[in-house]
Amino acid sequence: MTSSAHVTLRGVTKVFPASDGGPGVHALGPIDIDIRKGEFFAVVGPSGCGKSTMLELLAGLTTPTEGEIEFEGKPIRDIPEGVGVVFQEDACFPWLSVEGNVAFGLRRSNLSADEKARKVAAVIKMMGLSEFSGTYPAQLSGGMRQRVCIARTLVVEPRLILLDEPFGALDQQTRLLMGDEVLRLWRETGATVFLITHALDEAAMLADRIGVMSARPGTLIDVVETKWPADRDSRIVERENFGALTSRLWKSLRDESMKTMGRMGI
Amino acid sequence: MIQSDRRQLINVAILIVGILVFWEIAYLIVGELAMRSPHETFAFTWKLMQTDLFWGHVSETMQAFAMALAIAVGLGLLIGFTLAIHKLSGDAMEPMLVALYSIPKITLYPIILLAFGLGMSAKVAFGAIHGVIPVALFTLNAVRATKPILIKTGRVLKLPPAAMVRTILFPAAVPEIFTGIRVGFSLTLIGTVLGEMFASQRGMGYLLMNAISLYNVDLIMAVTFLLCVFASVVNTALLIIDHRLHHGA
Amino acid sequence: MKPTQIYQIAIILAFVALLEVLCLTKVIDKITMPAPHFILRDFFLMIIHGRYFHEVGQSMFNVMIAFVSAFVIGIITGTILHAYRLVRDVMDPLFATYYAIPVFAFYPLFIMIFGLGDGPQVLIGYMLGVVAVIVTILNGLDRVPRVLKKTARINRLSPFQTAIRVTLPFCAPFLLTAAKLALAYAFIGVIGSEFIMARSGMGYEIGHAYTNFDNATMYPLILLLLLISIFMNGILTAWEKVLLARRGQA
Repeated sequence: MTSSAHVTLRGVTKVFPASDGGPGVHALGPIDIDIRKGEFFAVVGPSGCGKSTMLELLAGLTTPTEGEIEFEGKPIRDIPEGVGVVFQEDACFPWLSVEGNVAFGLRRSNLSADEKARKVAAVIKMMGLSEFSGTYPAQLSGGMRQRVCIARTLVVEPRLILLDEPFGALDQQTRLLMGDEVLRLWRETGATVFLITHALDEAAMLADRIGVMSARPGTLIDVVETKWPADRDSRIVERENFGALTSRLWKSLRDESMKTMGRMGI
Repeated sequence: MIQSDRRQLINVAILIVGILVFWEIAYLIVGELAMRSPHETFAFTWKLMQTDLFWGHVSETMQAFAMALAIAVGLGLLIGFTLAIHKLSGDAMEPMLVALYSIPKITLYPIILLAFGLGMSAKVAFGAIHGVIPVALFTLNAVRATKPILIKTGRVLKLPPAAMVRTILFPAAVPEIFTGIRVGFSLTLIGTVLGEMFASQRGMGYLLMNAISLYNVDLIMAVTFLLCVFASVVNTALLIIDHRLHHGA
Repeated sequence: MKPTQIYQIAIILAFVALLEVLCLTKVIDKITMPAPHFILRDFFLMIIHGRYFHEVGQSMFNVMIAFVSAFVIGIITGTILHAYRLVRDVMDPLFATYYAIPVFAFYPLFIMIFGLGDGPQVLIGYMLGVVAVIVTILNGLDRVPRVLKKTARINRLSPFQTAIRVTLPFCAPFLLTAAKLALAYAFIGVIGSEFIMARSGMGYEIGHAYTNFDNATMYPLILLLLLISIFMNGILTAWEKVLLARRGQA
């Protein structure tokens, strides 16, 4: 198992310092987990448990207070090469067309202009955006804008794709269809995918393994194998054991969610 | 809250000290011929404030200013509400008001003078045309931005139009309208003083213009200083009220 | 044509017609204001003969200097202030009360310091505009979504590249608003100063014509001034509209 580990977290802990010099907020950890190469790994947890902090650590947007994160055997210091992120919020640049947004990802590459244009066109086609390549984001729906962001991430051919509740702002039907899309891209690119979500059914439908996080400070209290075939899609929800899987996730999570609610005084 | 209030006081204190230091340095560079140092200005201002003549000018300016402000606010509210309620008029007039707002009104001054003649009415008119547009624009946008749900609530309660304005549209728009009045206040003051600079034998503006022609540096510094202090103090008070209205006391 | 445009043209025509009637019926006497068609005739005569072109050109040149310096210095100052929270907190009360201060009151002081010339006029125009630019650009920078900054980091942009490729493009509509304000204030400052006290320039000529009861010069000049400032403002507004429409905010 360790030989195929793509991302390794060892004792990863994050404490945010308090502004008044107090003890600070222990947001996350310690977390120990190996994410395998080519795996679809999802993390679910109650709100405020540090899921997003975990993703930011993997993206190199923030550094752990303690512990070590390795990506392809090298510790993550700054933003690592070969990692792409799709955020929950609309991250399209409103002043660039769809094509301009996607090409933004290739800004740093040494490819020739022709080669870049070819790649951009290919990714736009893959995401079903060909008709809209000259369109500005404001004229697209939320789901379409999220496709643009995914395309911008894919164009650099990342080996690890981080998804931070990418469908959180979309309606249920669009979410399911976008889920299919992500599964297809995962198969086609062979990348490792790390998904953060609060939707248990989404995690159960998409992932190979699901990490369940506790209330703050977030630690992994359960890791569930789904054992789905690789060529699955959203119709997996019809399977008998899908319900059992979701129930198991909820059982692990229920007490933790109640702790969070209590803390928020609901 | 108290913590942040204290921080703000400290910031204002730092700012005032900074301005005084800047003033003193500017004085040291420019010299006695064209400027006075802060303490010389304070001393002269204090002396000036002991004279009856000075208070005569102040009261003249204040009277003109009060009338101009009353006209600006009253007319501004009327225009703002009318344009907000009649959508086509609002859409058509808003860009025209914005364009009017951005022209150098000082050049319209001769027209005002010709129309009103020298004296009180000209400077009141000049003050009012400076202040009326911001009040109207802020009112227009505030009433337009009333949350549709509030208007729906009013309709469900079957409020007649007058009650709708009195109980829903006006109260909902008060914070923004107040911002308009605050901006209008400053501009009306500027307009009134500018008016006095040309068409008056009395008032602060006249005092300033007179000091220029007599090359009385002490008086120029003192009047400029007083105008700035008055404008900043009143505006700060209005800003505090403004802030309370926007964020709830 | 849209109903709003018809409405606007109707308002202007009605206003001009009203003036025309009031003048012809002598409700407004000739010394106060000549009838609009006389103003229009004098206006075209002025244009055809090229009278005051030199003065107008000189004023516009000063307006441009005041505008460009307020815009450029304002943006640089705003961008720097945005990065230094503490300095900005100290400056905030000044920005909040700045437009309550009669900046024109400083004009006499500037004349005494720099002498009666272009300098004090440009300085007044600059002073009126620069704070509006700073406040507007700060407002824009405050609104840059965190996710766009994160995206910049993920794409490994340096701080300078982030400013050029992400934050400033995001702020483009705010930059245009700032430009509009700076331009309007440059006009107000320069022409106003010329009117108060100067040796030449458009504002000076208007004031001079007023003193000499020369309505045939004064009204056409005022009309020209209004047309120039509305035209320049209109160009920037149209550009702003295109940008906002592209972003679905118009």
